[in-house]
Amino acid sequence: MSNQRPYVRSMDGWWKRNAYYLRYMAREMTAVFVAAYAVVLLVGVVRLGQGEAAFNGWLQALKSPLSLVFHLVVLATFVYHTWSWFNIMPITMPMMFVGRNRVTPGTITGIGLVAAVIACAALFVIVRGTYA
Amino acid sequence: MKRSNEPVFWSLFGAGGLLAALIGPALVFITGIAVPFALMNPDTMNYAHMLAFSRHGAGKFFVFAVIALFMWHAAHRIAIVLHDLGVHAVALVKFGCYGLAFLGTAIAGYTLLTLGS
Repeated sequence: MSNQRPYVRSMDGWWKRNAYYLRYMAREMTAVFVAAYAVVLLVGVVRLGQGEAAFNGWLQALKSPLSLVFHLVVLATFVYHTWSWFNIMPITMPMMFVGRNRVTPGTITGIGLVAAVIACAALFVIVRGTYA
Repeated sequence: MKRSNEPVFWSLFGAGGLLAALIGPALVFITGIAVPFALMNPDTMNYAHMLAFSRHGAGKFFVFAVIALFMWHAAHRIAIVLHDLGVHAVALVKFGCYGLAFLGTAIAGYTLLTLGS
């Protein structure tokens, strides 16, 4: 019996080993920015509850260059989130059939992306119409 | 066999992810870029408008859903990715992530309720 310990390959940086893992990590990391954006909105709600002066402070903070850079980064990650969410939807949802034919992954992804474009456009039009 | 709590957290993760995927980009563009930098009416998010919006039943529900579901979505993903990155204190990580999401949800819910209707 050898009392040497067997060689165990390190798992450090495993996600850098190939493009599939890299995409996985990029997709999961969008969550950090989703959380950060939710915190910004939560602070807004709390400031709203504290009155007009407090809320105006929050609005003012949104106008800073730092906030602009932050939101541009968040916007980019949200767009990536939308793309990746519907890209993996065919493997996260149950198989769908129309008649005897399985709905193809490409169809599911396509419908999801079209739905997202419509939902985003609708939100934009509603907000613009309400506060013209 | 003890029932798994995974379906509950996965449902919140899925709901938040879907909501973020559908309207997230537009929401970020409106609240973070277009309104503060006057690409849209800068009064869109003024105090009076946002107070009225958050006092309305549907508006209250929308704000609560966005904040809470985004947080539960992110909490679930971050908990799993930390495990993937070699943080093996699973119970502690889940407690921290879900705990923060719960805290955010509670603060949002409480504040929205105290705004009145």
